Amino acid sequence: MIAAFIHRAVMQGIPLLFGATGEIITEKSGNLNLGIPGVMYVGGISGVIGAFLYENSLPDKSQANGFLAIMIPLLACLLGSFLMGLLYSFLTTTLRANQNVTGLAITTFGVGLGNFFGGSLIKIVGADVPSISLSTTSRFFSATLPFAKDLGWFGEIFLSYGFLAYLAVIIAIIASLYLKRTRSGLNLRAVGENPATADAAGISVTKYKYTATCVGSMIAGLGGLYYVMDYVSGVWSNDGFGDRGWLAIALVIFTVWKPNFAIIGSILFGGLYIVHNYLNQFFPFIPVDMSTQELIKMAPYVVTVLVLIFNSMRNKRESQPPEALGLPYFREDR
Amino acid sequence: MDNKTPAISMRNITKAFGSKVVANKNVSMDIERGEILALLGENGSGKTTLMNMLSGIYRQDSGQIFVDGTEVHITCPKDAYELGIGMIHQHFKLVDVLTATENVALGMQKKTTGPNREIAKAITEICDKYGFDIDPKMKVYNMTVSQKQTLEIVKTLYRGANILILDEPTAVLTPQETEKLFAVLRNMKADGKSIIIITHKLNEVLAISDRVSILRKGEYIGTVQTSEATVQSLTEMMVGQKVELDIERPDIENKELRLSIENLTCLDRYGVKALDDVSFDVYGGEILGIAGISGSGQKQLLEAIAGLQKAESGSSIKYYAPGEKKESQLVGKNVSEIKRMGVALSFVPEDRLGMGLVGAMGMADNMMLRSYQKGGVIFTDRKTPRNLATKIKDDLEVVTPNISTPVRKLSGGNVQKVLVGREIASDPTVLMAAYAVRGLDINTSYTIYHLLNEQKKKGTAVIYVGEDLDVLIALCDRIAILCGGKLNGVVDGRTATKEEVGLLMTNIEAGRKEAEA
Amino acid sequence: MSTKVKETGREPLFHIVRRTDLPFWKSWLIRIAAVVASLLICAVIIVLVTGDNPIQIYATMIKGAVGSPRRIWALLQGVAMLLCVALAVTPAFKMRFWNIGAEGQVLMGGMGAAACMILFGKTLPAPVVLLLVIVVSILAGALWGVIPAFFKAFWNTNETLFTLMMNYIAIQIVSYFTYIWSSNKGNNVINTINADTHVGWLELPASIDKYGYLLNIIIVAVLTVAMYFYLKYSKQGYEISVVGESENTAKYAGINVKKVIIRTMLISGALCGIAGMLLVSGTDHTITPNTAAGRGFTAIMVSWLAKFNPLFMVLTSLLLVFMEKGALEISTVFGLNDSFAAIITGIIIFFIIGSEFFINYSIKKRQKEVEAK
Repeated sequence: MIAAFIHRAVMQGIPLLFGATGEIITEKSGNLNLGIPGVMYVGGISGVIGAFLYENSLPDKSQANGFLAIMIPLLACLLGSFLMGLLYSFLTTTLRANQNVTGLAITTFGVGLGNFFGGSLIKIVGADVPSISLSTTSRFFSATLPFAKDLGWFGEIFLSYGFLAYLAVIIAIIASLYLKRTRSGLNLRAVGENPATADAAGISVTKYKYTATCVGSMIAGLGGLYYVMDYVSGVWSNDGFGDRGWLAIALVIFTVWKPNFAIIGSILFGGLYIVHNYLNQFFPFIPVDMSTQELIKMAPYVVTVLVLIFNSMRNKRESQPPEALGLPYFREDR
Repeated sequence: MDNKTPAISMRNITKAFGSKVVANKNVSMDIERGEILALLGENGSGKTTLMNMLSGIYRQDSGQIFVDGTEVHITCPKDAYELGIGMIHQHFKLVDVLTATENVALGMQKKTTGPNREIAKAITEICDKYGFDIDPKMKVYNMTVSQKQTLEIVKTLYRGANILILDEPTAVLTPQETEKLFAVLRNMKADGKSIIIITHKLNEVLAISDRVSILRKGEYIGTVQTSEATVQSLTEMMVGQKVELDIERPDIENKELRLSIENLTCLDRYGVKALDDVSFDVYGGEILGIAGISGSGQKQLLEAIAGLQKAESGSSIKYYAPGEKKESQLVGKNVSEIKRMGVALSFVPEDRLGMGLVGAMGMADNMMLRSYQKGGVIFTDRKTPRNLATKIKDDLEVVTPNISTPVRKLSGGNVQKVLVGREIASDPTVLMAAYAVRGLDINTSYTIYHLLNEQKKKGTAVIYVGEDLDVLIALCDRIAILCGGKLNGVVDGRTATKEEVGLLMTNIEAGRKEAEA
Repeated sequence: MSTKVKETGREPLFHIVRRTDLPFWKSWLIRIAAVVASLLICAVIIVLVTGDNPIQIYATMIKGAVGSPRRIWALLQGVAMLLCVALAVTPAFKMRFWNIGAEGQVLMGGMGAAACMILFGKTLPAPVVLLLVIVVSILAGALWGVIPAFFKAFWNTNETLFTLMMNYIAIQIVSYFTYIWSSNKGNNVINTINADTHVGWLELPASIDKYGYLLNIIIVAVLTVAMYFYLKYSKQGYEISVVGESENTAKYAGINVKKVIIRTMLISGALCGIAGMLLVSGTDHTITPNTAAGRGFTAIMVSWLAKFNPLFMVLTSLLLVFMEKGALEISTVFGLNDSFAAIITGIIIFFIIGSEFFINYSIKKRQKEVEAK
């Protein structure tokens, strides 16, 4: 039962991990992309459109080719979220628009885009239920190692996920190593801390901001893809993604801008998201009803606020947000 | 390529900010290989802007730059580095949360530098070679100002710059540190490197440079061999006319004690003593000058009196209102408490647009900064400030389209007139002015001196923090000299010599001996 | 010495310069041009999606927004609600305090109103309940606004992230109570509160106010004018401007920055509380976690696009609500879904925020340099 709980917690956590890793990379460049929820939506719907087009191109769904079934939605997702990141970068970096306003507009726009295309696809299919099911492609996304089931709790906790889940962890580790160990990661951190200094050191601030934001968006977009294709088994329903995008931003603060912490943090947040389903089983003596669930779902946000307060009170330089977070940079400002 | 080709040639460089401010106009000058060139000019003469175009921070509007005889387009700092041009800015370009090593590594290819431990080793080598002291693992936010500057120099040296530009490097250094820096610069010159040192301190120019190029109001005036130059000749080129300061200094009888400062000690934001046990008196009807190299505690002194700077325990600033024997203690009070006590204190801070005025607001709204509490319960009185703004505009001949044009758009001199005009308008009993004529033209400067003298005649206690010794000696009745946060003597402005004050500014021992004598 | 000469980059054709002297009318011309451009782009998209004549489509939009008295009233109500939240965030934004927590503050205000209506609806006399509704919702909104302000003032806690998190805490609180107070156990929907007695309802008699929106609109109109005067002519409004421009200057002028931050967010939160009250007690007479309906975020754009001027905010909120209602009509008529409106809104906002660049900066073409002889 605990294994099942952990399994579900990880499943819940993976979209957050993608989102948080993407946002950390973005924020390290000084861009506070509040458009991440919208970007994740677009990532999800782009994947769905890719999968939909692929499935409909098949004369017979049983002929689906695993490689294409994965690559087409994956590339569609990366393209969609990349374009959103590009839009954000263009507005904030090139046109120096206010980051908060731009980010919120990206979220409105992205969620609208997701629901619009989602709704349109649902209409094309003419389904009775307001959702679209892409079980054929989804099967390839959620495929696990064949022997995972034979390994008992170990298999359930560690081996029972689709490949995107492992990708999320790998990306988070790579991002962490990138920021900590590579020269380019060092340059990126400098851009987010003090762009004028980075500029003077010969680092192209614009290039780093664009690259970090676009790559970050693509990583975050994968969170949307994982959610649709694996977590809900290829069933898109409008607004189904919920507030996971904001939760990912909360996770960034919770993990003090460290992608490796985000791996554990995402599972923790994922666990908090679903723990109400298990409370009765773990503690039969505590009465838990649907209302308690809502209070427990508050926990990640409350914890994040506490972390934010704690870090600002402690005032340790290393655990502060990047110093130039949210500020535009113009070299000739004086 | 023969050795006669200058390391850098600039031809007809022009750079403007906005449509009004021309920072550099048609500047053409050369830097030879293996020389130390001093770039001399008053504050606001365009020295830093010109150099920023070499280092890729700014882009010239027109004109050409040649490095080793080839025309180059320096579009970003990276271009400058690749051309071997390194600049050490006045405001350090360092990332606080990174270590010394990481700061040096910024923007460098790992292919060329090797891993960070190689860089750390190289830093230690450079330090050993020149006698610097930097811990490669130290975070920048833990460093002192002089350590940061050292790191900046090490960074530039590490990058193998052939042409080194230093923007007023000695402003934050002690005399010993300055000597050490100069020794390093001479070594580098011997290596065949070209060094440009931006400064407005003549003694440093004479001590270190081979040639001196002079800028005045953004224009190139000329270049002379240092060996043929004198303080007098350089000053003339810099100022453009013989320095005959004809500042009035009315004599005032019946000076009365206004402020009594005792054992004032303040910490700066790094927790270091910026003012150390300073005691002196200020009288109504006199101008008290405060001299000292920049960063000697002038800022903290004025801000402590104004209620903006916390003073350590044991400090005391007593205020005596005109005609009263009653004293009131200012230490421990904030700005509004001091105001409520009825102390008519005016303060013209160094940072005009960042502290004294709101750049985005017009003259009228800026007048309200001092008076907005007046008026009704909820709404503020807007008519009086508007009238005041009009009056200041007329009286001081402020050039502005109208009184609601954001003051940020005005020229430096007009900004200062607005600020000084407002501060004087409230009939202060104490008027403090920091670097009140910095960046202003001669005429405006004289206007300001005149205004200060008017205040003095009214019996106001005027505290004038200045950097130009000629002005201090010509304007002030007494001059208090700060050196490293300590009061190093108070001299009579009528009898003091420049040498005397200069010595007290740089040498704490001299003050001691004088006190004993 | 090496003779290698490095050729660094070619001469860029353009460079960007900060403008200082753009006349007022020109800046508005640029903004209007941006709106027109965005409408053209939207027209192209609409034509692509629906395949219909764009003029006819805009006619449909106008009909959808103002086609009948009911629609006009609904439009005005929509404008009033959005405007109310925009008014609320404006003082904070003017102070450069990034209050993106209006969504949560509105919800808490609505929560306060709903709680009073439900808990005291049967026990206390109607006027007392209404008074409680007003006081409690304002206090609840203010509380939600002042918590991040307190930490910002004393520990410089990042307010953007803090207020953002507070939104979701508020949403979960409301979700919790919709379960607790749900009309039928388990369906977590609160039916119209006090539908029979109208206790705690903020309303005018139906004879005066046919659609039930008039009182809301009047209240917001009054608030708009009040906010305009508050920001422009009051002492506190002046303090807000100074703190927003430069904290150093504020301290120099003897302004207690911490006090101003906390006080301003009290006002900002309280106004959000009023918006919540108008939504719950004045319009919906019930509450759901979606009562604020994203207005907390849209309001930020309204306020920003209007340069924090309450009178211009009437126009920007009208533009956004008009486009939203119009786009909704298009989606109904052409069988698209509701989210089409969000896309249209997004595009318009992108254009307007993009246009700010051309107001603040000018792009100069590099002059060809004259060859030196």
